[in-house]
Amino acid sequence: MKIATGNDLATGDVVWWDGEGWSRHVEEAVDVGDHGAALIAREDAARRVNAAYVIDAEATPQGPRPAHIKDRIRARGPTVRADLNIAPADTAAGSWVI
Amino acid sequence: MYKYDTYDQSIVDARVEEFRDQVARRMAGELTEDQFKPLRLMNGLYLQLHAYMLRVAVPYGTLDSRQMHMLAHIARKYDKGYGHFTTRQNIQYNWIELKDAGDILADLATVEMHAIQTSGNCIRNTTSDQYAGAAADEVADPRPWAELLRQWSTFHPEFTYLPRKFKVAIIASDEDRAAMRLHDIGLQLTQNEAGETGFKVYVGGGMGRTPMVAPLIRDFLPAADYLSYLEACLRVYNRYGRRDNIYKARIKILVHEIGADEYRRQVEEEFLHVKTLGIDPPAEEFERINAFFAQPAWEQGLSDELDLSDPDFKLWVDQNVFAHKAPGYAIATISLKPIGGIPGDASADQIDLMADLAETYSFDELRVTHSQNIVLPHVRKADLYTLWQKLDAAGLATANLDLISDMIACPGLDYCSLANARSIPVAQKISQRFADREADLGELKLKISGCINACGHHHAGHIGILGVDRKGTENYQLLLGGSGAEDASLGRITGPGFDEDGIVDAIERTLDRYVATREPGERFLDTYRRVGFETFKEAIYG
Ligand code: HEM
Ligand code: SF4
Repeated sequence: MKIATGNDLATGDVVWWDGEGWSRHVEEAVDVGDHGAALIAREDAARRVNAAYVIDAEATPQGPRPAHIKDRIRARGPTVRADLNIAPADTAAGSWVI
Repeated sequence: MYKYDTYDQSIVDARVEEFRDQVARRMAGELTEDQFKPLRLMNGLYLQLHAYMLRVAVPYGTLDSRQMHMLAHIARKYDKGYGHFTTRQNIQYNWIELKDAGDILADLATVEMHAIQTSGNCIRNTTSDQYAGAAADEVADPRPWAELLRQWSTFHPEFTYLPRKFKVAIIASDEDRAAMRLHDIGLQLTQNEAGETGFKVYVGGGMGRTPMVAPLIRDFLPAADYLSYLEACLRVYNRYGRRDNIYKARIKILVHEIGADEYRRQVEEEFLHVKTLGIDPPAEEFERINAFFAQPAWEQGLSDELDLSDPDFKLWVDQNVFAHKAPGYAIATISLKPIGGIPGDASADQIDLMADLAETYSFDELRVTHSQNIVLPHVRKADLYTLWQKLDAAGLATANLDLISDMIACPGLDYCSLANARSIPVAQKISQRFADREADLGELKLKISGCINACGHHHAGHIGILGVDRKGTENYQLLLGGSGAEDASLGRITGPGFDEDGIVDAIERTLDRYVATREPGERFLDTYRRVGFETFKEAIYG
């Protein structure tokens, strides 16, 4: 599947397109199919997101898992600061990223 | 320390207001990201993996406790309670929100700080020896010259749109603690036989994808010609430097392609012209700047005696304390490399504590080092023990300066959008694996970068590690034999790369071979240079 991601314009937070808006949680990302480029152009113009791009992801029962480690690190936070991760309670987060 | 005059303060204040307005226009949609990006980069604001990142300038690595407290305040108020000290003697914050950027710069301006010249194709913040003004082995304090360079280069229109960024380092002793020859221009303050002050000028060093050690271009540049000659060096570059290819746009490529002799000839020719323009300031102006760097009021007649009966304290003194020029004083390095920690990171509380300790024990002064540590430059020997106890209580007394765990590591894929691989977890594993042996291993400079940009100086490590992307997975190449010191050299890649655990094992095999082949008194680098690359390659790959 293809999902869209970027950083929130004002806060810089990593965000994922959830079909209606931008979510902080990759689990909520939806397949954008072939519409990624148009979506990004529109959202960029609306100033909701910065430096957005479309990536490949694997659909899993827990939600999309980005194909590249870089986007998995973006989804969770730095691997070396579990305390700052977006899902610190998720003990499986480590193996999800690597 | 240098103190802003009204001109300095007004240009910094004006820049804050200008940027505040630019941020507001970006948030209101009047500026696109393409329009805004060059503006934010001129103010040190990058977009990284998780958020915006702000790089704050610490000119030549010197700051006072008031400024250090401000760095803690920013970490606490606008970031997630910590900052990352960099190899360019600056500090980076990883979690900045765009909407706060103007306020942060305004806060910084109240303590004479800013983020100017920390990004973009300008003359970047000049770096220097972290022991400047205190080291027993220096000719004179190099920082007034760095400050003069700052004043000349800040917002200089000719140097604001160079082909690429431009980095200068200035040192003043034969021991190079600032990787001077790996800069676009490296300057060594020296004296000639007549006792006059001048500079050795090296041009065309750098790291990145085409690392070079700078060749000597002038062996004695009289101090009176300082700015004219630098201007000539830059003009020749600005004229010929390649703007069509960013990888070839560095001065190191120009000097390499036309050769040091031809580059020198052109600079000397240009210099004859530039010298007629009257760029060099009158002696009084230099003296005005120099006066800000007057020696602190060191007490006279102090004893050099030190009670080393506490073995842990002795370890720290042996490793982290360096000779001071004044009797009874010492230079103390605070390691930001706890075993298994994140190299160069410090919490807001630690930053505040270091500021307080500087105020009490070091004439209010601190330094950031290019190997991502903090220095208290003027500590009375009689205070060292108390200082050490206070540091120890805050986890800041690791006695590992220049040992393997005192490594340089860039942020890598945990934070950096350009990265191929993570640097920090590798650093942590190496630190943990070798901590028990490191005293025996002796001086060993290990440096890690997460990509070819080489922010972690991997080419200049006795042992270097470079993160690469191998079909979407992290992979690490091993380099041996580099040095950023006075014996500067570039490391050589040993062969195929390793995964995260594999690279730590490969380093272990390297070190075992070193221990087995070293002669008494030899550092790893000395043994490597004596026995050669192949011996180690064989140890690593069998
Ligand atoms: C995380 C954000 C960072 C980004 C986006 C970044 C970007 C870059 C890039 C693109 C280069 C290559 C420049 C060139 O080849 O001309 C570079 C070089 C460099 N950076 Fe960084 N960097 C970052 C962080 C750091 C940090 C944390 C340090 C210090 C630990 C640092 C110190 C350096 C140094 C010393 C060089 C080598 C300059 C040379 O080629 O001589 N950078 N950086
Ligand atoms: S070396 Fe590469 S990965 Fe490391 S900070 Fe620099 S640009 Fe990022």
